[in-house]
Amino acid sequence: MQTTESRPVRLALTALTLAFLGLFLVVPLAAVFWEALSKGWDLYAAALVEYEAWQAIKLTLIAAAIAVPLNLVFGVAAAWAIARFDFRGKSLLTTLIDLPFSVSPVVAGLMYVLLFGVNSAIGGWLAEHDIQIIFAVPGIVLATVFVTFPFVARELIPLMQAQGQEEEQAALVLGASGWQTFWRVTLPNVKWGLLYGVILTNARAMGEFGAVSVVSGHIRGETNTIPLHVEILYNEYNFVGAFACASILALLALVTLAVKTYVEWRIERQHAASLIRTQQAREALA
Amino acid sequence: MKKLAVRTLAALLLSVPALPALADATLLNVSYDVMRDFYKDYNPAFQKHWKGKTGEAVTIQQSHGGSSKQAMSVVGGLQADVITMNQAPDINILAERGALVPADWSKRLANDSVPFTSATVFLVRKGNPKGIRDWKDLAKPGVQVIVPNPKTSGNGRYSYLAAYGWALKQPGGNDASARAYVGKLFGNAPVLDTGGRAATTTFMQRQIGDVLITFENEAEMVAREFGRGTFEVVYPSVTVAAENPVAVVDKVVDKKGTRKQAEAYLAYLWSPEGQTIAAQNYLRPQDKQVAAKFSGQFPPIKAFRVVDVFGSWDKVMKTHFADGGVFDQIYLKK
Repeated sequence: MQTTESRPVRLALTALTLAFLGLFLVVPLAAVFWEALSKGWDLYAAALVEYEAWQAIKLTLIAAAIAVPLNLVFGVAAAWAIARFDFRGKSLLTTLIDLPFSVSPVVAGLMYVLLFGVNSAIGGWLAEHDIQIIFAVPGIVLATVFVTFPFVARELIPLMQAQGQEEEQAALVLGASGWQTFWRVTLPNVKWGLLYGVILTNARAMGEFGAVSVVSGHIRGETNTIPLHVEILYNEYNFVGAFACASILALLALVTLAVKTYVEWRIERQHAASLIRTQQAREALA
Repeated sequence: MKKLAVRTLAALLLSVPALPALADATLLNVSYDVMRDFYKDYNPAFQKHWKGKTGEAVTIQQSHGGSSKQAMSVVGGLQADVITMNQAPDINILAERGALVPADWSKRLANDSVPFTSATVFLVRKGNPKGIRDWKDLAKPGVQVIVPNPKTSGNGRYSYLAAYGWALKQPGGNDASARAYVGKLFGNAPVLDTGGRAATTTFMQRQIGDVLITFENEAEMVAREFGRGTFEVVYPSVTVAAENPVAVVDKVVDKKGTRKQAEAYLAYLWSPEGQTIAAQNYLRPQDKQVAAKFSGQFPPIKAFRVVDVFGSWDKVMKTHFADGGVFDQIYLKK
């Protein structure tokens, strides 16, 4: 590729980008691991196998494992409805989907406390039947679902609107059922946006602090997610423990990135292979 | 690959609720965020005691966070069998909102349900370069005072009340002179952190300020974490007794059927063993004999009780810390 920029300009731009990345991403990330390992591997490992830390890691993974598929299904359905159909209240629906972005997470948490707390009508009924929603795992899952709600839909709606519906109409005219059209045409067209939405959902689900903090009740070993556990350890001057757990959170984020890269690579290879096959078929025909 | 993922997920889901079921009874102790060190030592001692006495194994779960937030969680339905706070108002609120405990909860245990106390003291830099000896030195120009916000922090409230109480006890002291004094003191505060721990971090890690006002037991934790040679503790001529009240949450224990265990858990705080563990964590025990044994680490102090100088906690909260109260007036005036 040719550029018109002179060499010094290109170098300066690259240097600036790298310096910025280094200062704001790499250095803080390295600092987390540095602090976590400051008293040696043994203490680091001990901080992670500790019962409460382990439970926090598990709870975080569970919350993400429930929130991500739920919001995946919801996001695809909502994007499909909004991008492909016209109906009354469509703009209201679009606004509502954005609600979790505009509401502060702490307020989101408080909404659930007000809704399911023992002093509300629903909460009173639940308490009578010994069902615990807030200050227990279901409340944490609810809060996580709420804050990660818009990501998938927000990624898909502009994409689907931009792509238009010609391809789908063609499929329908050629006799495909609605279901076949969705699986063979719509979904493959948006898979990148979808994947990206899922990755964002997952990252937020694992890292959420505010909303979860309000509904958690902070029971050690039971309703603390990793971010909450990190805060408590930090407040107890247990810096190694706090940063060890923070490093796990960072590692989970890095794993998410790695998975994304791997999937991208696989799909690209598949795509290239199918291109070659088409080419070969054409040549054979000629 | 997919199967493995499904199986892992299933295993994770199944293993969560299964854990506490092993013990015969489970107690949840809802506390504020710096009490872990004490209860980490106390819980196993009580579990052993209870097992020996009744043969029953009891699991103790803990919840830690900012004290007022914790109290509000219990009001909202957090199933606390016992609540252990650092100020009576955080338990009073359980009586006022939702009648989780009776209004006279503090009369049910000895010492107004306060098993141990701490005292508000000063931490100064090594060698005490600003020569801080007593409350009057904190109001001097050029002294930077680190103190948590009394509106949001129990620690900050005790600090404020200790200063106000000292000023009242000076010759010719009255409300007007006390207000003027605390106004000057808080005028010397460059920041007001939201909690005691945050204030400690400001003073010790960020190295801001000449003096930190905090609890005596917090000073010990600072020493354990940051090293003993890095600061000095100064005991003022008069200070406040920071009381740590405890209560069984009646509504919860009656529902769960854990009243027996919860009451025993709190009562054992007053046993010689419970009092000794408190003293080992630099909390001043109520038991005279235990206190005598640890007299070396607790210099004698003149500490007044909040209720003796200011009347009830209700009155303190309304007069001093409510919106537009005395604290707002003296702090905003600055």
